[in-house]
Amino acid sequence: MEQHPNPESPIAVSGLCKSFGSLVVLDRITFQLKAGEVTCVLGRSGTGKSVLLKLLIGLETPDSGSIRLEGYDIASASGGELNEARKRVGFLFQQAALYDSMSIEENVAFPLRRHTKLASAERSERVHRLLASVGLEQDLDKMPSEISGGMRKRVGLARALALDPSVVMFDEPTAGLDPITAAEIAKLIVELRAKRHITSIVVTHDLHTARTIADRVIVLDRGKALFDGTFEGLDQSKDPFIAQFVEDAA
Amino acid sequence: MCHSMCGMATTVAPQPTLKDDVLAFLQPLRSAIEWTGDLGFFFWRVTKAVFSRPIEWAEFVRQLDAIGARSLTLVSLAGAATGAVLALQMRDSLARFGAKSMLPSVIVFSLIKETGPIITGLVVSGRVGAGIGAELGSMRVTEQIDAMEASAVDPHKYLVATRVLACIAALPLLTIAADFCGVFMGWIACTLVDPVPLRLFLSNGFHGVRFADILPPTFKTAIFGLIIGMVACFQGMRTRGGTEGVGRSATSSVVLSSLFIILADVVLVELIINIF
Repeated sequence: MEQHPNPESPIAVSGLCKSFGSLVVLDRITFQLKAGEVTCVLGRSGTGKSVLLKLLIGLETPDSGSIRLEGYDIASASGGELNEARKRVGFLFQQAALYDSMSIEENVAFPLRRHTKLASAERSERVHRLLASVGLEQDLDKMPSEISGGMRKRVGLARALALDPSVVMFDEPTAGLDPITAAEIAKLIVELRAKRHITSIVVTHDLHTARTIADRVIVLDRGKALFDGTFEGLDQSKDPFIAQFVEDAA
Repeated sequence: MCHSMCGMATTVAPQPTLKDDVLAFLQPLRSAIEWTGDLGFFFWRVTKAVFSRPIEWAEFVRQLDAIGARSLTLVSLAGAATGAVLALQMRDSLARFGAKSMLPSVIVFSLIKETGPIITGLVVSGRVGAGIGAELGSMRVTEQIDAMEASAVDPHKYLVATRVLACIAALPLLTIAADFCGVFMGWIACTLVDPVPLRLFLSNGFHGVRFADILPPTFKTAIFGLIIGMVACFQGMRTRGGTEGVGRSATSSVVLSSLFIILADVVLVELIINIF
């Protein structure tokens, strides 16, 4: 069945369940994102936050439930449909996942070479612009092993934005970074919403960063969504886990 | 008192039953069947990727260079050493039977029909199999393969199919190089003991050699290439468990591809003898 994009709700998840063996990682998760919204998924380590992102983009298969990404039903999509949905999405991995065998410039150019018919000069100009937007226009020829963790994240972000996506997924974008670099990454995420009206879903356990960037927050614990709402609601929550989480992060 | 003793009794681990023992005994067999099934499914995915467009020419050429051109020195040295050893070993043996004049033919036939292809297969399996297993394993554990899928690029097509095709194309060419170096070094080893002109050595060595003696053994190494590429990519793509897993993938790639090459050689030799 042909599927069509739905710009009103770029991501819609309903009754999503995922287990690994006897370990239930996600249990009937339901939420819907609005276009242009930045949503943070918070929770302790090992609560299935990264698995949720991988399910959204089809890198993992759900046990049950439905995922609609840009109008495509990810669970039942054919290979071609899945790729069409993925072209509309940028993904920043926890360790940036830059291709070791390619330079920074080649990393960012990779999606453009694969999915566009841009001429070499035009592609190069676009890569330079993307790298300049994350403050890395000077380091084009360096290899991923030659740059710092923060720079790798910024290159990963430039690569994620290469195809001009309408949705960007961030897996722990500030993990392992010093506070200044973490603030720079957070600033870039905020700019994406302001300048490009990009819908973002950010998985993190860093409540401070989440408050800086997000419009909405979803808290996961033991596979369940304990909270879904604004930070005002989160601060007023009476749930013992959430209260503890907020207090410890303060 | 009784309460606490009862409590202690419940913490004792239950004795394994006969069923547990049987299941534990059969576990390796079950793992082997699962591995074979997964490999079959992987083979099918890669075959489909090979025949789907676009063709990854740039990556294929890059892999052909990494797998073929960069193995040339090692394979040539291995072939040369084999030729020299054959010449030195066979000289005495043939002399005992009064057949020393057959030495060039023995070297040439031995190299082109069996020794050259199998040495090439095993040497490339060691160098390239470990390299592919470690490279793809490392890409797997650092999420580079996930990143490729997330950007709508099929890693089975971009990473696996190109490496497998490069292995298939490179092995016969490397075998020719190994054969050439083996024959040449065999002549040098012979001529150091008992000088003989190269032309005479080659004329004696290749006397009676038909294309059917050269082509099938050389092109059977394309099957060795398929085995090396497929097994190493499969082991690399299913890597789990961080750097330790990468090491395991590299080792198992070499061990399994070498084993399968030897087994395949037995079957292929029998087939070649029957067909040609």
